[in-house]
Amino acid sequence: MEIKKTSLYQLHQDSKAKFVEFAGYQMPIQYSDGIVEEHKFTRNHSGIFDVSHMGQLFLYGDEKLIEDLEKIFPLNLKDLKLNHSKYSFLMNDEAGIYDDLIITKIEQGFLIILNAACKENDFKILSKLLNNKYKMVLDEKRSLIAIQGPKSVKILNDFINGVKDLSFMSGNWFLFKEQKIYITRSGYTGEDGFEISLPNDQAEKFTKKLIEKGAKLIGLGARDTLRLEAGLCLYGHELDKDKTPVEANLKWAISKERISKGNFIGSNKIYKQLNDGVSKIRVGVKPEGKIIAREKTKIFNQSDLHIGEITSGTFGPSVNGPVAMGYVENEFSKKDTKVFLEVRGKKYPANICGLPFYKKSYVKGANK
Amino acid sequence: MSEVKYSKEHEWIKLEGDIAIVGITKHATEMLGDIVFAELPEKGSNVEKDGTAGVVESTKAASDVYTPVSGEVVDTNQAIVDDPSKINQDPEDSAWFFKLKIKDPSEMDTLMNKDDYDKFAKETSA
Repeated sequence: MEIKKTSLYQLHQDSKAKFVEFAGYQMPIQYSDGIVEEHKFTRNHSGIFDVSHMGQLFLYGDEKLIEDLEKIFPLNLKDLKLNHSKYSFLMNDEAGIYDDLIITKIEQGFLIILNAACKENDFKILSKLLNNKYKMVLDEKRSLIAIQGPKSVKILNDFINGVKDLSFMSGNWFLFKEQKIYITRSGYTGEDGFEISLPNDQAEKFTKKLIEKGAKLIGLGARDTLRLEAGLCLYGHELDKDKTPVEANLKWAISKERISKGNFIGSNKIYKQLNDGVSKIRVGVKPEGKIIAREKTKIFNQSDLHIGEITSGTFGPSVNGPVAMGYVENEFSKKDTKVFLEVRGKKYPANICGLPFYKKSYVKGANK
Repeated sequence: MSEVKYSKEHEWIKLEGDIAIVGITKHATEMLGDIVFAELPEKGSNVEKDGTAGVVESTKAASDVYTPVSGEVVDTNQAIVDDPSKINQDPEDSAWFFKLKIKDPSEMDTLMNKDDYDKFAKETSA
């Protein structure tokens, strides 16, 4: 299969990106500044992320579509206001996660942002579940650009007037060079920011405009360290078919009203887990020293029993130390529980900790 | 004044008498990206040619550091453990990894000189 390129490929190349294949796409892992600098720049200024490899699924339909989608997603979609977004999951009957996604109510239906590696499979699953009753477009003609960090609102609002008034997890249509672009206030870094869906032929012009105003291109490497510090899950690591939203400690994303009524895919399992508890659960793990615990690192308790595994771990540039997430047996999931991580045959002390690792200390308006 | 030699695993080694100083090459640091963790062999331990003698980690992944020749570790550079970013800044000088009392000087002959290494690095990263 030929490796795909996004509309910003040339710009990445001109910006001296190092590329990596990700979900069938040639994507920039970092630029010449390197991951640590790119990470810090996003936290302090404004970073641009090409996330055009992600799926943009437009689903068109009326009340009937809402009813059908409520049989799939654990959300109260009837009350989801126009241009408002929710984080959710596509699950199997056992509440195992096929994908985590953001669903936004738009005029004629919904826009769902899907993970790149999952989007084709999601499309198949949804087509089948919806019996092909509705128009579904996994739009390859649109790019997706994220801009994240404290200066992003000023930079973007400078040429797309009005984005500063968007509230978190809401969006709207705006115009760029007479073309309709859809902007939501959202992101994956723990910073204030936006995601912009726009026609492919506008992506480079738009990105250059952001660069001209002081934002910098940031690669997938820093995207990963930023999301990890922010305690956010990455599909294929913290989430997969063998883990449920309750186990992933994401029950906040499941509508309480919908749980009491059930009747969505996986609802029985979720109801049961919420009542009876889970055997394993996602936690933050903070190594005591400098040791970095990578994915698949085994976690032990103080009696040397194997109690879990790391799902993501790296060095957090803003935390200035190692950070990790993983799954442990429920009884060892309390904050400050002492555990040991087996790295290269040796065991190193660590503590179960709350998430996120990094929380923005700045108050809106306090920065110039 | 001794010649610096290079290994296929991207270490450099400089012999001064029977003491060799070992580090990783600039090319290696460029491939690794920002180094955020370094682990060195224990002082007094014996290492075997081409065996692991340390670890460096970037934000992305961990990589073993190998020793180009056999010997006893007589000194290690704590400064790069305390601040691994030094390895990116000055890999082929102040950010050396460890010093060895070498066992067999002829092992040096199996290594590349600078021109050959530069060629090798170019070919393998292409």
